[in-house]
Amino acid sequence: MTRKLSYREAMREAMHEALTNDSRVFLMGEDVGRYGGTYAFSKGFLEEFGPERIRDTPLSELGFVGAGIGASLGGLRPIVEVMTVNFSLLALDQIVNSAALLRHMSGGQFSVPLVIRMCTGAGRQLAAQHSHSLEGWYAHIPGIKVLAPATIEDARGMLAPALADPDPVVIFEHCGLFNTEGELPDKWDVDISSAKVRREGKHVAFVTYGGSLPKALAAAETLAADGIEAEVLDLRVLRPLDTVAIAAAVAKCHRVVVVDENWKSGGLAAEVVARIMEHAFYELDAPVARVCAEEVPIPYAKHMEDAALPQPEKIVAAVKEMLG
Amino acid sequence: MIEFKLPSLGADMDDGTLLEWKVGVGDTVTKGQVIAVVDTAKAAVDVECWTPGTVHELVAEVGQKMPVGTVMAILSESGEKVGACGTAAVSPAAPTARRMISPAARKHAEKRGIDLDAVVGSGPNGAVTLDDVENAAAQPAPVTAPKPAATPDKSAEMRKAIAAAMARSKREIPHYYVAEEISLAKALAWLQAENLRRPMAERLLPAAVLLKAVAVALAHYPELNGFFRDGSFAPAAKINLGVAISLRQGGLIAPALLDAGARNVTQIMQGLMDLVKRTRAGSLKSSEMSEATITVTNLGDQGSQLVFGVIYPPQVALVGFGRVAERPWGDAEGGLKALPVVTATLAADHRVSDGHRGALFLRELAELLQHPEELEGLEK
Repeated sequence: MTRKLSYREAMREAMHEALTNDSRVFLMGEDVGRYGGTYAFSKGFLEEFGPERIRDTPLSELGFVGAGIGASLGGLRPIVEVMTVNFSLLALDQIVNSAALLRHMSGGQFSVPLVIRMCTGAGRQLAAQHSHSLEGWYAHIPGIKVLAPATIEDARGMLAPALADPDPVVIFEHCGLFNTEGELPDKWDVDISSAKVRREGKHVAFVTYGGSLPKALAAAETLAADGIEAEVLDLRVLRPLDTVAIAAAVAKCHRVVVVDENWKSGGLAAEVVARIMEHAFYELDAPVARVCAEEVPIPYAKHMEDAALPQPEKIVAAVKEMLG
Repeated sequence: MIEFKLPSLGADMDDGTLLEWKVGVGDTVTKGQVIAVVDTAKAAVDVECWTPGTVHELVAEVGQKMPVGTVMAILSESGEKVGACGTAAVSPAAPTARRMISPAARKHAEKRGIDLDAVVGSGPNGAVTLDDVENAAAQPAPVTAPKPAATPDKSAEMRKAIAAAMARSKREIPHYYVAEEISLAKALAWLQAENLRRPMAERLLPAAVLLKAVAVALAHYPELNGFFRDGSFAPAAKINLGVAISLRQGGLIAPALLDAGARNVTQIMQGLMDLVKRTRAGSLKSSEMSEATITVTNLGDQGSQLVFGVIYPPQVALVGFGRVAERPWGDAEGGLKALPVVTATLAADHRVSDGHRGALFLRELAELLQHPEELEGLEK
């Protein structure tokens, strides 16, 4: 049996379940309480779980992320919501210098079982300061896990293993996915360690994640009409990357297009390409292509924002060029 | 500027694959210095430079297969100022004409034994793709003999090279043959006595004595020692004995024992051992591959009684020694004895010499072998 659910509802259910099942879990962030969450993920939570466990915070990412680290060190299981990845830069010191390092710096004596959720990505005309995709920066840091749920199942299922993980987990939710709907099975098997093939193919593999997954699937659908079967690999976990799955996709299809909303320079797609060189070079039948964001601040104007982002047409064009 | 071109390392060599550069741009090179290792159908060969100079540019890329005569490197002569002549305001490296072959296509072609040179690329900019290799593999056999589907076989390559050289020899060279039975009683007795007083590592084999005798005799028969090229014969200044060495995996190579005329028996023995070792290890020098002026084939203990050889072009003669065996031998007093005897043969190019001279050469060889103690002392 399955039932239809939106990404937003799936995420809300996941948090509701965690708050219900584990008294150590609490939610903290800007507007998560009285307002019901910037994206309405926590609507009704304040009334149901009370102000002790649903805590509105001042506009101080540095402060409340640090408080979350302290709470997790003290034995709680905080879910800290940061409104967008752009604002998370204010909390970088807490995440990179404290959360990611405390296990190492304490010689294994301290764990930081903290979950930080944040919105990422563009496509909703929120302009440059609310639209960037900086998850690749977090994926650079040893000591944290970085997740990118892109499906209803992952939105519903990734939070529980993230909370169970003894180390900090950062979850990136792409703002363009919140209203997407899909079927959720009654039971799901969701891990936070592997990539998953979302569509089988053999002529070209799309390696993608998050908000770019639906675009890659749409491109694959278009290409199928021309007899080109594209495999779509959803990375799901940006750190640690599932190199085995990436290499397997290369070995199967021999051509790869990496699709993500990072900028190319030093981005996550660059890391994926480097791993392909290291682990699957002799399986390549064409140079790896990237469809990423243009190297500009994401524009506000609709047509310019669309032009700056990966789109199914761009992916299709990259494949056509690759096939010659 | 000097163009250093891929030398022919033997009549059977049409092309070679660069395995390694031993020098870099800016290095000073001397004549005879090994500057590259090139894989031929027969062996990996150290290629020597034939002129002193400074390496200006390495044109050939490692892995590149090129026909003989391809410019491999540009050398500047000693004292030549690069750029002085105006040509050389070091232009940016010319785009290499390397074919685009995808890594997967290359790997697959190797596995299937497909010759990538024959595969037409259909990818962007003519790149050879996996599909192109698949299609080539599915094609019926091309006009030339199809390769077996297994990995390219080194011994098959060598067989092809030998076939080409031997077919050319029999096509172009009018061979004549003469033979002579030679008593080795004195030579072997001398060898035995000589070896008794030598440490194990310095002992001599009969082959060394035979080779020395050939070198000495050849000095009087220049028409047997040299090259027939472009319709005329040029005698060689030195006697470089090509020694046929069979390889354990099959096939043979006849590298040169350089300047054998100037070596005594001991030195020939040392040279021979070194040559056999390096031939089987695949580390011959280019001069050893290309500069033999005559070939000697020595069948040894396991061979037949006599051998009439096929001349290795552009050489003009081949001396063959059969198995040394006890045979009845009449002496000057009318007596009959069993003596160790070898049958020496000469296959020679009738365009250059006649049978009479060939017979005289074998007679002289026989005579020399009756005075082995003098051979050791003879310098030339």
